[in-house]
Amino acid sequence: MEFFIVSTIKALLVFFVLMTTLAYLQWVERKVIAHIQLRQGPYRVGPHGLLQPLADVIKLITKEGIVPPHVNKFFYFLAPIIAVSMSLIAISVIPFGGEIEVFGITTHMQLTDLNIGLLLVLALASMGTYGIALAGWASNNKYSLLGGLRSSAQMVSYELPLSLAIASPLLLLNTLSLREMVTQQEGFMLGFLPNWTIFQGPAPQLVGMVLFLIAAFAETNRIPFDLPEAETELVAGFHAEYSSMKFAAFFMAEYSNMLTAAAVTTTVFLGGWLPALPGMAGDLIAPAVFATGGAVCLYHGLNPARKRDKYTLPVFALVFFGLAALFLAPPLKDIAMPLFWFGAKTGALLFVFIWIRGTLPRFRYDQLMGFCWKFLFPVAVLHLLATALLVALAG
Amino acid sequence: MLDTVFFYLFTLLTLGGAILTVATRNAVHSALFLITSLLGVAGLYLLLHAEFLFAVQIIVYVGGIMVLFLFVIMLVNLDAAAAQRQFSRMWPVALGCVALVGLELFYFLGKGEPAFRIAAPPPVPEPTAGNTERIADVLFSQYLLPFEIASLLLLVAVIGSVVMAKKRI
Repeated sequence: MEFFIVSTIKALLVFFVLMTTLAYLQWVERKVIAHIQLRQGPYRVGPHGLLQPLADVIKLITKEGIVPPHVNKFFYFLAPIIAVSMSLIAISVIPFGGEIEVFGITTHMQLTDLNIGLLLVLALASMGTYGIALAGWASNNKYSLLGGLRSSAQMVSYELPLSLAIASPLLLLNTLSLREMVTQQEGFMLGFLPNWTIFQGPAPQLVGMVLFLIAAFAETNRIPFDLPEAETELVAGFHAEYSSMKFAAFFMAEYSNMLTAAAVTTTVFLGGWLPALPGMAGDLIAPAVFATGGAVCLYHGLNPARKRDKYTLPVFALVFFGLAALFLAPPLKDIAMPLFWFGAKTGALLFVFIWIRGTLPRFRYDQLMGFCWKFLFPVAVLHLLATALLVALAG
Repeated sequence: MLDTVFFYLFTLLTLGGAILTVATRNAVHSALFLITSLLGVAGLYLLLHAEFLFAVQIIVYVGGIMVLFLFVIMLVNLDAAAAQRQFSRMWPVALGCVALVGLELFYFLGKGEPAFRIAAPPPVPEPTAGNTERIADVLFSQYLLPFEIASLLLLVAVIGSVVMAKKRI
């Protein structure tokens, strides 16, 4: 009984945090892209456009859901459901932290730990392809169909380097359970270098991580691999005929896939929730970051540039100082610290996703395929073989 | 109890999907029913505590091969294909085959459970390692030769398809 209650609470918690993160990820993306392009980004709804995600959600829910007459109804409705459910389920095996004790109940900061955790994520990612492919086919529209076709070809091709790139760190970690992977990466080498897979001997996996990230970009349909929805040539590709919540479902799936890719990279290559610095230094970084934020807010509040800054910025300073105190208070520290490190690493990777979207142009279709089969795939095979050789030599 | 319910559920998925794969006229529907069938088999693997096979079944068959199937089907003009004469001229032969297999099945069902036991089941070893490790052990020691032959066959198939697809290499 206790198991069900704890699981339900954890699932609800993760669900709400995930939904909020997805909504705000979009805000972050618009802001970052805007600043890369020397614009301001959303600024009207709330301070710095912070309430923009809420406004977007209300807009999407209240919009009329148009179903074009020429679509294949069953698959037209099935496609967004597949896309969004597959991408959301994948979060369930991601570990956000170690074992914690809340109100006398010991539990893991993870929804469930499977002995095939990583394979499940890959399986769900490959199932998610059907959402896009079917959306393209069921729309009965040539642009959508082209988007669906591109997506299925792209997924099948990039799954190979993706799987090969993730297989090499597995040789070092010797497990498929995501929680065990993190515990395998505990400790520090030479007293300061974390024992993460990208640094771990005998075969540091830095190249593996780059290969995995490139393939993950393609799997999540992000620029420069967003050919299934290339708006300059295919209108909106596979979701051209979708509106309202059905469109929102595809949007949510894309961001959730991005989040999963970043979280898996963090877990497999970057040591999950483990701190980057040993001992006290690692413990003090989080409160230091938040305290600095609070100090900056307080300084600007005391020297206000606008009249209202006198009242708003000290409040923000107080919030930041409160967060900093959270990391120092012993009972909360055990929960907050892993979340901070996990969030920091995942957030940094998500920033890379957005940064690259603001930087690179889209591939041409033949370049996309050539890049995968003539460069990424052979390199991934060689990398796997080299890793296997080094691991075997090290015994 | 729950295992039994799930067993029948997955069996239904597998068999129902398989029947509908050959019974539907629309090729996309056929492909999707085949996916359902494959997912049912994956579920059966999971019931047998073969988690690795479950994941690999989904990654390879559902996520790889069937996506490729769907890709090809989407390129085909389905309306023209559906209007053409279907491959159903072999009805009598098919009926004969089904009747034969059915007879065989009922004969052995009538003889009871021992008839299905070809040999005494080997003793189940105590699980010392996870499913993934045991598959690797068996694959790379006991069944190494068939494994290598299969990989060679696949290589031949890959090279063959490249040779057939490319006019000038």
